[in-house]
Amino acid sequence: MNQENPLEMGKNIKRISLVLLILFGCGTGLFAAENGHIDTGATAWMLTSTALVLLMVPGLAMFYGGLVRTKNVLGTIMHSFVAMGIISVLWVILGYSMCFGNNVLGGWFGWNKDYFFLKGIDKNIMDAGIPEYVFSMFQGKFAIITPALIAGAFAERVSFKAYCFFIAIWSILVYNPLCHWVWASDGFIYKLGAKGAIDFAGGTVVHISAGVSGLVAALYLGSRRGYPYQVIRPNNMVITMLGAGLLWVGWFGFNAGSSISSGLSTAQALVATQVAAAAGAMTWIIIEGLHQGKATALGFASGILAGLVAVTPAAGVVQPYGAMILGVLASTICYFAIMLKNKVGYDDSLDAFGIHGIGGITGAIMLTFFIRSSWMDEAAALTPGWTMWNQLLIQIFAVGIAIAYAALMTWGIIVVVDKIFKFKSSDTDEMAGLDRSYHGERAYGMLNPN
Amino acid sequence: MKMITAIIREAHLDQVREALIEADIKRITVSRVSGHGQQRIEEMYRGQVIIPDLIPKIRIEIAVNDAFVDITVDAILKSARTNGSGSVGDGKIFITPLEECIRIRTGEKGGTAI
Repeated sequence: MNQENPLEMGKNIKRISLVLLILFGCGTGLFAAENGHIDTGATAWMLTSTALVLLMVPGLAMFYGGLVRTKNVLGTIMHSFVAMGIISVLWVILGYSMCFGNNVLGGWFGWNKDYFFLKGIDKNIMDAGIPEYVFSMFQGKFAIITPALIAGAFAERVSFKAYCFFIAIWSILVYNPLCHWVWASDGFIYKLGAKGAIDFAGGTVVHISAGVSGLVAALYLGSRRGYPYQVIRPNNMVITMLGAGLLWVGWFGFNAGSSISSGLSTAQALVATQVAAAAGAMTWIIIEGLHQGKATALGFASGILAGLVAVTPAAGVVQPYGAMILGVLASTICYFAIMLKNKVGYDDSLDAFGIHGIGGITGAIMLTFFIRSSWMDEAAALTPGWTMWNQLLIQIFAVGIAIAYAALMTWGIIVVVDKIFKFKSSDTDEMAGLDRSYHGERAYGMLNPN
Repeated sequence: MKMITAIIREAHLDQVREALIEADIKRITVSRVSGHGQQRIEEMYRGQVIIPDLIPKIRIEIAVNDAFVDITVDAILKSARTNGSGSVGDGKIFITPLEECIRIRTGEKGGTAI
């Protein structure tokens, strides 16, 4: 009974193939693709990295959420969460196209009609062996976390509605063009010098742009009521520390994932990330211990972030000793930048500029002195006589462009958003707290008022 | 000496504190409490109208010498009313006689210790 004659079996197979053919429309693009072969190892790691970078957003929400006063916890957490909604939608519609399409408008940003709503990449396999869907989602997470970082600079004092419009416009006009210049194959910063300006995982695109924009916003909007005379203490350091931990974990996706592969360069970036974060954290509590007499948990968390931010542009090109020095330098410079902020008196509430701006600039410039020799050899092969000093100029130029562009555009966007929606909270809303004024909720039960 | 206890809305804490500091009343104790008077607020939560049974409030306690009672009460009245004109749920002020006041650090007693 079980034995079938070979002729019948042949017929069955043909029938099954016919059904498959009808189901999927055509034979090609079913398993492998029109333009490439899937590398399952790389794809698996990139899927993991995509999830890890998304995990950084709730991590950031917790980090920032713990640092504000009780009445603003949910409002601050929502600044990060709402970015996951707004930017994801924008990214699929036009963000990916603006970042990774071909130059338009003289290279201001990119555009590719196949990327509009991602409708033309349904079956694309990239040369790296991963589906283009994975790459586009991975990059989308960077677009989400960048505007969320800015929120730290104007925490506890902006209207939720105005914030939503601000990050949407900022993402389109600041993030997408910068990302295109630095990471798209025809971006002008990508093509600078011998092998381009080095920004492995977003020192200029993510951290400098967010930090500088935060500074501009903090200066434009003015400080919180009572700052700096009224002491404004964190409401819950526990969630801040958990958030910092999630950021550290997520950063492996951010940096090691930016190799867009699963191999040697992934491992190099992973090690650099770990070393820089640890060195940064240690440095911060040592300086703080010597300067103030106590090692604070917030100091440790700040050091982790300073180290991670500084190694972000560098993770692909530095060896562990270089990453360690970058971590030490970043913490030292950020620590004194924050001291300076307290002297000058502007209210960058959660130090978005102090850590991300200053740390990003430190990393993007100082990484030049620790580039592994094989990278320099490749650069010299492309442009004979290429030295570290040539690269240093390129790095400084890229940083300068990012600072100038982010500052100018952010200022313009804020002026417009402020005119239409009134960006800064009214005194009554600010005093009652963001949670009550904009969300109608409360974060905790019966904790102490502060 | 009097003990002034004020129960106010949570959202008015900052206004009241600022008004008190302006009136030079700087020594206060604040705690989070819950209860209800005649206020019956309806809130929208998850798309439903709900009536919370115990409403969160802020209690402020201020010990003052008799000469400062009116100043303190005026500052609270001025700052704790919703939209300046007041509405049900703005709270209450209780004034009770205060028998003794002792500063722990020095052991001083009476009006100078306040």
